[in-house]
Amino acid sequence: MAITPPSERIWWKEPIAKIELIWIIIAFVWGLIMFFMMIYWHGAGEQNLSSEAYQITPVQFSQKAEAMIAEYTVREENGFPVVRPPPGSDVYLIARLWQWRPILELEKDQSYRLHLSSMDWQHGFSLQPVNINVQVHPGYDLVMTIRPDQAGEYGVICNEFCGIGHHNMVGKIYVVDQGGE
Amino acid sequence: MANTAEFRTCPTTGFRVCLNAEKLIKANAVVAVVFLAVGGLFGLLVALTRWPAVHFLPEDWFYLALTAHGLDVLLVWIIFFEMAVLYFASAVLLNSRLAAPKWAWSGFALMLVGALITNVAVLRGQSSVMFTSYVPMMAEPPFYLGIILFAVGALIGCFVFFGTLVIAKQEKTYEGSVPLVTFGAITAAIIAVFTIASGAIILIPTLLWSLGFVSHIDPLVYKTIWWGMGHSSQQINVSAHVAVWYAIAAMVFGAKPLSEKVSRMAFLMYILFLQLASAHHMLVEPGFSSEWKIFNTSYAMYLAVLGSMVHGMTVPGSIEAAQRARGLTKGMFEWLRKAPWSNPAFAGMFMSLVFFGFIGGISGVVMGTEQINLIMHNTLYVPGHFHGTVVAGTTLAFMAITYLLVPLIFRRELMFRKLAQWQPYVFGIGVAGISMFMMGAGTLGVSRRHWDMTFASAQLPFDYPSAAFLMMGLNGIFAVMAALGGVMYVVVVVGSVFFGRKLATDEKPSYPEVPPQAAAVGHYGSSETLKIPGTAMLVGIFFIAFVLYYFVNWKYLSEVWPMS
Repeated sequence: MAITPPSERIWWKEPIAKIELIWIIIAFVWGLIMFFMMIYWHGAGEQNLSSEAYQITPVQFSQKAEAMIAEYTVREENGFPVVRPPPGSDVYLIARLWQWRPILELEKDQSYRLHLSSMDWQHGFSLQPVNINVQVHPGYDLVMTIRPDQAGEYGVICNEFCGIGHHNMVGKIYVVDQGGE
Repeated sequence: MANTAEFRTCPTTGFRVCLNAEKLIKANAVVAVVFLAVGGLFGLLVALTRWPAVHFLPEDWFYLALTAHGLDVLLVWIIFFEMAVLYFASAVLLNSRLAAPKWAWSGFALMLVGALITNVAVLRGQSSVMFTSYVPMMAEPPFYLGIILFAVGALIGCFVFFGTLVIAKQEKTYEGSVPLVTFGAITAAIIAVFTIASGAIILIPTLLWSLGFVSHIDPLVYKTIWWGMGHSSQQINVSAHVAVWYAIAAMVFGAKPLSEKVSRMAFLMYILFLQLASAHHMLVEPGFSSEWKIFNTSYAMYLAVLGSMVHGMTVPGSIEAAQRARGLTKGMFEWLRKAPWSNPAFAGMFMSLVFFGFIGGISGVVMGTEQINLIMHNTLYVPGHFHGTVVAGTTLAFMAITYLLVPLIFRRELMFRKLAQWQPYVFGIGVAGISMFMMGAGTLGVSRRHWDMTFASAQLPFDYPSAAFLMMGLNGIFAVMAALGGVMYVVVVVGSVFFGRKLATDEKPSYPEVPPQAAAVGHYGSSETLKIPGTAMLVGIFFIAFVLYYFVNWKYLSEVWPMS
């Protein structure tokens, strides 16, 4: 029994039942498949998070973001600037208690280098309803190249607990057809 | 130290039970159940708040209750119960005296004091930082201090366990190798030492930081090391509850492991590879290389998952073999149909096994896939997954073995048998519901740790799909059911322990009823003739579910915005 010492003293020389051996082999091969699937996706898949990141102070990040906001703001909405940076450019999204700043307006099927960083505590970038979720840290600038492939209005929810106003931290990203408004 | 320990002989099992160990098992188990009750109540409050139609607590109380829920059940209930399991698997199963009982009691006291300090800190309202307490969000110093004291106490318990193993070996209280269940407990204790070391490395500087002696804790470093504790401590749970599965299979069926070698190798895989799991929490953090993520998140090519899949076959397989040896050989599933489903120890154990594999296990591997994590990180999918592992798996298994420990260790007859009989089903199905509906809501994007999914007071509006609201309502209903199951458990256990009829010294408990065990179970015969077709079928169904669900999620991933 499992609560008494093994009945065969030399238990490590007992033969393994065939059915156990088969299962071990299946499970091991399945593990290899899952392992190589991740590597395969780096080549064949289109959804891979970049490992590009830089250390940055909140002040430095905020300056870059505000420069972008000053240059490319097209209108205001609920007190937030709506910014339409050119395709291919560096786009900054500030996470802070309890806002995502600014609202971004991106063109469909264009790539942008999206920079994420926090001014204070950790936040979670949760793009909805697409459901892309990335952690945002203070002191680190995470850079990911994104290519929105569907026009529409998207919510940016904070999904890392960041204090009492956490549930009010909602931002927005517009994706518009190329050249359109 | 002189051998002054006193013993009694168990009339059911024949074990020589060290009374020091018995007292410690009782104390740890009782405190564990108290914290389960408290933490479970907080959990119910959380679920009622996330039920959109009820939305029970105000926001500050919600975040407070969520912090307390995580601490009290994930940490305090489980570790206290694991201390009881460690003392049981060493002193009792090896017929040995317990090493250094005074140290064991001081460890117990430290854990209790630490748990109380942290609870008070949380209830004061200034430490609603969640169980994870990610920096730079800061709690009051006692919050960290309490956890550190708790961890030191648990570490002392681990060393008492190791000391007991040494004593048992020296005093030759058993023959040959340690039993498989003890081997599983050793696995748990080794992982626990690693876990507590990680906790100390990060929480001591964090305490100093909250006291003002350290100016800065890097949030990425914190998270990487904190999860060396946070995730590895879940591997203590896995090792411990797998050991409990084997123990229940042995105690209820007289089951013998199909192969000692295979089961022990599977535990060894846990020791070697489970510690890499910190990476599961770092898959969408800035700056980690893909090589690091892939190697670590897969526990080096899924070798620890391999361990769990092996246990997933050998545990039901040993039960099937024992049942077949008793003559339940008709068809594929007579052994399972005629299993003692009204015995709460078996019912809880078997549901724990099934839910841990199908719900907690599969979702964990899928979510821990480097790229797929992008569509799940920090959504409700995450708590959905770990309620499948830690609650439907660990907690249910611990509840199940309590029904055996109350008569055997507490020497009390179980009260409220009807309640006990239904308890695993009410709790198990409730928790399975919680897990699946939270995963469903997470797939629809709903954030975890979030007070208001309608965003009523946010500056910018956003609406989750209506299906997500339905999921959260169902989650609430099943949470009420699970809470009911929790209350049933506490009533049965507390009632029996304090008011149950005392068993006479040489009286064998009559409940839970154990089916007559065939003498043949001591030996399964040659490995060539071992037949477990029912288990092979169950494992096959599991494997198909695993593969389908895994690739469905790659399909989901392929539909989101391209990124690189």
